[in-house]
Amino acid sequence: MSAAQKNRIAGKGRLNAAKPLRFSFDGKVMQGLEGDTLASALIANDIHLVGRSFKYHRPRGILAAGVEEPNALVQVKRDGARTEPNVRATVAEIYDGFAADSQNRWPSLEYDIGAVNDLASPFIPAGFYYKTFMWPAKAWAKLYEPNIRRAAGLGKAPIEADPDAYANRFAHCDVLVIGAGAAGLAAALAAAEAGASVMICDEQAGVGGALKFETSAMIDGQGGHDWAVATAAKLAAMDNVRLLTRTTAFAYQAQNMVCLVERITEHLATFNADTPRERVWQVRAKRVIIAAGAIERHMVFAENDRPGIMLASAARTFLNHYGVAVGRNVGVFTANDSAYHAAIDLKKAGVNVAAIVDWRDAPAGPAIEDARALGIEVIPGAGVISTGGRLRVSSMLVQAKAGGVSRLIPVDALLMSAGWTPSVHMYSQSRGRVVWDKETGRFLPGAYPQDAISVGACNGAISLSETIDQALAAGERFANEAGRMAKRTALKGGSAESFEGGVSGALLGADQGETVKAFVDFQNDVTAKDIKLAVREGMQSIEHVKRFTTNGMASDQGKTSNIHGLAIAAKALDREVPQVGLTTFRMPYTPVTFGALVGHARGKLFDPARHTPIHAAHVALGADFEDVGLWKRAWYYPRAGEDMHAAVNREVKTVREVGGMFDASTLGKIEVVGPDAAEFLDRMYTNPFKKLEPGRLRYGIMCREDGFIYDDGVVARIAEDRFHVTTTTGGAPRVMTMMEDYLQTEWPHLKVYLTSISEQWAVIALQGPKAREVLAQLVEGVDISAGALPHMSYREGRILGVPMRLFKMSFTGEAGFEINVPSDHGLAVWEALYARLTALGGCAYGTEAMHVLRAEKGYIIVGQDTDGTVTPDDAGLGWAVGKKKADFVGIRGMKRADLMRPGRKQLVGLLTKDPKVVLEEGAQIVETPNQPVPMTMIGHVTSSYWSENCGRSIAMALIAGGNDKMGKTIFVPMPDGVIEAEIVKPVFVDAEGGRVHG
Amino acid sequence: MAETASRLPVIAGARYAKGRASVSVAPPAARLSLRAPSESVAALSKALGVALPEKPKTSITKGDVHALWLGPDEWLLIGPDGHDFAGALAKVAAFHSAVDISHRNAALMVEGAGAADALNAGCPQDLNLSAFPAGACSRTLMGKTEIVLLRLAEHAFRVEVWRSFAPYAFDFLEDAIKRDW
Repeated sequence: MSAAQKNRIAGKGRLNAAKPLRFSFDGKVMQGLEGDTLASALIANDIHLVGRSFKYHRPRGILAAGVEEPNALVQVKRDGARTEPNVRATVAEIYDGFAADSQNRWPSLEYDIGAVNDLASPFIPAGFYYKTFMWPAKAWAKLYEPNIRRAAGLGKAPIEADPDAYANRFAHCDVLVIGAGAAGLAAALAAAEAGASVMICDEQAGVGGALKFETSAMIDGQGGHDWAVATAAKLAAMDNVRLLTRTTAFAYQAQNMVCLVERITEHLATFNADTPRERVWQVRAKRVIIAAGAIERHMVFAENDRPGIMLASAARTFLNHYGVAVGRNVGVFTANDSAYHAAIDLKKAGVNVAAIVDWRDAPAGPAIEDARALGIEVIPGAGVISTGGRLRVSSMLVQAKAGGVSRLIPVDALLMSAGWTPSVHMYSQSRGRVVWDKETGRFLPGAYPQDAISVGACNGAISLSETIDQALAAGERFANEAGRMAKRTALKGGSAESFEGGVSGALLGADQGETVKAFVDFQNDVTAKDIKLAVREGMQSIEHVKRFTTNGMASDQGKTSNIHGLAIAAKALDREVPQVGLTTFRMPYTPVTFGALVGHARGKLFDPARHTPIHAAHVALGADFEDVGLWKRAWYYPRAGEDMHAAVNREVKTVREVGGMFDASTLGKIEVVGPDAAEFLDRMYTNPFKKLEPGRLRYGIMCREDGFIYDDGVVARIAEDRFHVTTTTGGAPRVMTMMEDYLQTEWPHLKVYLTSISEQWAVIALQGPKAREVLAQLVEGVDISAGALPHMSYREGRILGVPMRLFKMSFTGEAGFEINVPSDHGLAVWEALYARLTALGGCAYGTEAMHVLRAEKGYIIVGQDTDGTVTPDDAGLGWAVGKKKADFVGIRGMKRADLMRPGRKQLVGLLTKDPKVVLEEGAQIVETPNQPVPMTMIGHVTSSYWSENCGRSIAMALIAGGNDKMGKTIFVPMPDGVIEAEIVKPVFVDAEGGRVHG
Repeated sequence: MAETASRLPVIAGARYAKGRASVSVAPPAARLSLRAPSESVAALSKALGVALPEKPKTSITKGDVHALWLGPDEWLLIGPDGHDFAGALAKVAAFHSAVDISHRNAALMVEGAGAADALNAGCPQDLNLSAFPAGACSRTLMGKTEIVLLRLAEHAFRVEVWRSFAPYAFDFLEDAIKRDW
C-alpha cells in the first residue's frame, strides 16, 4: 500500500489494491484505488476536512458513505465545460485524473473568512432573513437580493454549454425492484425465477447495499456480499431480467411510472463521445417492489459536526468495503446495537476504540458482550455533550445522563448511531401515507395506493432473515399476479445483527443555551435550538417549522435530519410526532441533472422544424424565414443590396403589377366526407353551406359557442358529399379538434368523417394580372379562362401531369389561383410556374408581403386582427353570418346583450396624418391626448405596414364604436410623441373589388 | 405537356446505422385514410381484397398491402406507389370516407436487434414482443411527434409520420441509435 494512503488497511475491503489511481482534491494530487469514492479515497489519505458549511462556514467532513451525505459536497471538474457543483464525495467514483475542489470557502478550506458567521451566529438565527430584509422595500432589489444571492449556493454552475449527450428509454416490465441490497436481490430473484420480466436498479456502483458492511450476514451458505455479487451475475444473465447499477429511482409517478436515471460515463476517465452521460428510464411497471433500505441517523449533541464525526455504518462501510480506517483512535456514541458492530470490526482491524458511549441505561446482548470481550470500554447511560478540535475532532466530552462530572476522551474519529430510519421516500412519492409506529419511533409504509410493496429495512424489517422472507414473498406474489409461476425460490438468510432501537431528537441539553450548536440538518446548518425557536415563534406544523428553519430543505432533503427535527418540534410542543405532521417526500429522491431530464431534446431535436415541400426553392432564392408555430415560412426574398423593406416593397408592387407566387402549403386542410358533410359544415361555420354548389368556393368563419371568431378559411365543395376545407396555419390542429369534438359529442348521428390533408397537398398561391397567363401554360383538363372559371370556383385537373385541386381565389385582391398538388410534386410544380412567371417579370413573395397585400384589402388575419373577443360583426364580416340559418356554433353567443351592444370595438382602417409614419402594432389609441395619465384607451392598432402600392403607411385597428367614427381623428401616444391618424374604411386598394375578377 | 413531375419524397435515401439498429427512409407509397362504421366493413373488405382488421392494435398484410387498425372506424391502408385504393372503393355504396393521403406521410424503416430500443427512446408504447408482436400497429408518439408504428417483424418496424415531421423523426431515431451503448 502506498505510504500516502496511510489509512488503507492491507487485506481489508474489496478494492483491487493492484489498481491505484491518481486524483486531486483542492489541487493536491493523491492516490486512491479503482472502486474508491472520493470520500473513501480522501479518508484513505487521512483527509476528513472536505468542505465548509452553508451558513456558518464551519469546517465539515464526511458524515455518511452513501447518497444521504449532507456535508461532503464538492465541485467536480472534468474539464472547462464539465464541472459540477454539490457532488456528494460519498457517491463520486474516482477515476484516473479525477479532480475536485472544496466549496464555500475563501481563501482556502483551512482558513475561511466566511467563518465569522459562526461567531456572529447569535445575531443570525433561523428566520433572520425573513425578518431583517423587510425594509426599506427599495433595498431588496438593489442591495439585499444580490448580496444574499452571492452568499447563497455552494459551488459554481458551469458557464459553458454542456458537451455531453443524454438519452431516454421507455420500458415496461412485470416487476420493478428498487434497490439491489439483500431485499431487492432476493425479491428480484424470486420474481425472475417465477418467470416475470424484471427490472432491478441500484443507485450504487455495485450491488449489496448494507451487505457491503454487514460482515456477519450469511445467505444461502455464502457470505452476504458474495451472495449479492453472485446473485446479481445470475440475474444479469437471465433473459427476462434487466439489472441496472449506478441507477437511481428518483421519481415515483402515477400508475406505476417510475423514473430512473442511469449514470453511464461519470465514473470513467475516458469514453466515446457518442455515449450518453446519463440515461433516463421511464419504467411502466405492473408491480413495484421497493427495497430501498434504511438510513442511519446521527446523534444531536453539541459540536456534533466536526470533521471525523460520522455515522457508524459509514465508518464500517469504509472499513469493510473500501479497506479504509476512519481513524486510529475512535469513539462511538450510540443508542442501539448496530454501532457496536462497527466498533468490533474496527477493533479487529487494529484500530483502537477509545470507548462506546451508550445512551441506553443497561445495554445487553451478544454485541455488547463481544465488544467488552475485545476490551472495549462501554459507558452506558451516558452521552457525548461536546467535542473538541478545530479542523478535525480531537476529543469527546462524556457525561452520564443523570449528570455529574464529565470526562474528556481523546479521539480522532467519532462514530454515531441514533438508529435507523426506513427509506420511505419512494413509497411516499407513490402517494402513500406513512404511518407512525410509536413503539419503535419510525414512520413505516401504510396502505399502498399503487401496485407496490416495500420489503426489508424500508418496510421496518430489523434482521436479515425477516428481510429475505419479506422479499421472497413479495417477488413470488407479484410474479404470480402477473401470471408467472414457473418456479419458487428458496433462500435462507441470517445474521447475528439487528437494526432495531434508537433515539430521536436533541440529547443532554443540546437545544439549550445561546451558543450551543447541535446540528440537526448539516447541509442547511439547522440546529436543535433553531427548531425550538421556530416553535417559540408560533410554528406548530412541521411544514411551517421546515420553512422557517429550512430543516430538511437542502438538496439532501433531510434524509438524516427529518426525524430529529420532528422529534424536537414535537417535544417542544408537547405533542405526539404525528400531530406535528409528517413529511411528504417529493421527487427527485436525489438531485438529477437538467441534461438527463432534457434527454434527446437538444439542438435540432429541441422541437421539430417543419418545412414545406417547396422549402428547397425558398432556400435557393435566398429567402429569410420566419417561425410560424413549428413551421419555417419564407418571410421575404431579398435580392442583392435589398434589406427587408426594399424586398417587401418590391414584392408587393410586383404582385399587383405583374404577378407573384406564394407558398401557402402550411395552411390547414381538412377533407370532410359523407352524406351529412354539408349539414355538418353548415353547423360549424357561420356561413350557409348547404346550397353551395359543387365546384364553388366559400369563405367561412368559424366561431366558438361564445360567438367570437375562432378561425376562418375557404371551403371548396368538391362533390355533393365531399368538401376541402382550409384553415389558418396556426389554427389547423385546433380547428380539427373542435370539429371532431362537436362531431363526436354533439352530433354523433351525422354521417360524416374528417381527415386531415394539410400535408397531403402543397399549395402555391399564384396571384396578379399575369397569373392566368402563367397557369394556362401548364394545366391540362381544365378551362381556366375568366368565363369558365369565375372568382371563388373550384376545379380539378392536371398540372405537369399530376393531379391538381385548383381554387380560383385571392388573398391579395388580385386575380389569383391557389394550386394544390400532392406534396411530393410541390417543388417541381413551383419551379415550373416560377420559371414562367419570372419570365414575365413576376416574383416570389413571402409572408411579409402577403400580410401587406391582404391588409391593403382589409382582409383580416385571425389572431392578429382578432383576439378571441371579436365577433364577425366587430370584424366587419357580418355579411358572412347566415341570417336565415336556424343554428350554428356561436349563434346563441352572438345574441348575448354585450355582443349586440352598440359601441363595441370594431375593425377600422387608420391613415396617419403624416403618411411616412408607420404605427406600431399593439399601440393604444385615445380620443384626445389632452387628458391626464392614465388616459382612457379606446382601442389598439392590430395591423400596420408601409404600403408601397399606396405610397404611404396603412393600418387596421380595433376601436370602440369605430364604424360610427369614420373620418374622425384619433391619437396614438408613443414614448417619443403623439401620432395623429384618421379613421377610414379598412380598404386601401381597389375599393370596388374589380381586380379579383381579372 | 413535355414535363411530368415525379415524386420527390422528403429526405429521400437517408440512412443511419450503428451497432444494433439502423434507420432508413422507405420508398414512396400509396396511402389511404379509410373511415367507416362497422356495418360497412364487409363491403369495403371485399372491394379492397383485404379483410380490414377489427381488433385494436392489429394489422393485416396481404401481398404488398398493409391495412392498419387505427380506431374503431379508422384504418390506414398502405400499398406500393401508384396502388389505386380509391379506384377499388369507388363503387362501394356502403357509407365510408376514403381520402388519399399518399403524400401526407413519409415512412421510416427501423431495423435490427436494437430497433425496439431505439424507438423506445421516444415512444412510450410497450414494444416487448408479447405486448406488440409482429403485425401489431398503433398510432402513438415518438419524442415530440405523432407516429403510426407498424411492427413488420421482430426486428423491423415501419414508422409512418407526417411529411414535415419526417426529418425530425429521422434525426430522433438517429440520435437514439447513436446513443445506444
